[in-house]
Amino acid sequence: MITAGIDVGSKTIKVVILKDGRVTGRGMKAAGLEQAESATVCLRQAAAEAGIKESDIEQIVSTGAGRKAVSQANSQITEVGADAVGTVHVLPEARTVIDVGAEEGRGIKVSAEGKVVDFAVNEKCAAGAGSFAESMSRALEMTLEEFGQISLKSTRSIPMNAQCTVFAESEVVSLLHAETSKEDISRAVHDAIASRVASMVRRVGIEQKVALIGGVAYNPGFVNSLSRSLETEFVIPDDREYIGALGAALVAVERSKGNK
Amino acid sequence: MKANYGYTDGSGDYYITIETEGCLKCTEHDCVDACPQDVFAIIEDDYDDLVAAVVEEHRRSLAYVCSECKPASDPPPLPCVEACPQNAISHSW
Repeated sequence: MITAGIDVGSKTIKVVILKDGRVTGRGMKAAGLEQAESATVCLRQAAAEAGIKESDIEQIVSTGAGRKAVSQANSQITEVGADAVGTVHVLPEARTVIDVGAEEGRGIKVSAEGKVVDFAVNEKCAAGAGSFAESMSRALEMTLEEFGQISLKSTRSIPMNAQCTVFAESEVVSLLHAETSKEDISRAVHDAIASRVASMVRRVGIEQKVALIGGVAYNPGFVNSLSRSLETEFVIPDDREYIGALGAALVAVERSKGNK
Repeated sequence: MKANYGYTDGSGDYYITIETEGCLKCTEHDCVDACPQDVFAIIEDDYDDLVAAVVEEHRRSLAYVCSECKPASDPPPLPCVEACPQNAISHSW
């Protein structure tokens, strides 16, 4: 059986193709302004990697903020539901899932079967998501990769007073003028993101083990800050940005069986 | 499932929590009509259960949308909380 999961995030679209329960193709593309078109291109890319035709896919489930834009999808699932299924599939011991994407953060408590027990989503505050680190790295004229790495070299903690990304950028400029090191500014930014994510996660409670997924989990500065804030270590899967799409593809398998 | 809809911003945490196990025992769904701002709707969740949820259009503005029911002095009981026979709805602020 061949199924696909399409995760239409606010910044990138991810596709995972499963053949008999094994990942055979993946695709990723910037969402851009035309989500439906980008999803089609991304699905084609994943199908090519899997060596199949799109018509070979029996069931497609879409997830993510733009899930309703995918015309090829047979059905949809929320990001929370897809994250839970995908995470427990790759990390069966995970009971808390933290997903931090470009524009949103999610905290999810899951059962051993991959069912959502509790969840909280922060859809509003960009200062609690990846785009904040990205805009602050631009203010410091660094790549996001450099920005994440130098945070680990910081020697002191500086609180950021600004509560909003718009004001935070001018605070970063002020810190630079005050000759604060880029390392310390980077840590302050990551600590600020982590404190908002931690506040949301505490709402559902921490149960070990804690999985960290989403593209922001590639940022070592953020991972370090969140680990200090929540006083816990994380298990981070290799393909952390594809977990939502994987979850959707797994749900597609179940739904396909249900239709037979 | 405990579903927390809302957000954290610079001014605080604004979440409405719905214990959806309560929704499974409820046939009336009075919360939907009780809210003067139409914050609630009955949806089919990922597990094919009919449960109450905060509608998407209000999830990012709960502090403002719910303010009508939360006067600063002598606040009355919240209509949504009062309407739920399962005590499944709570506000974080």
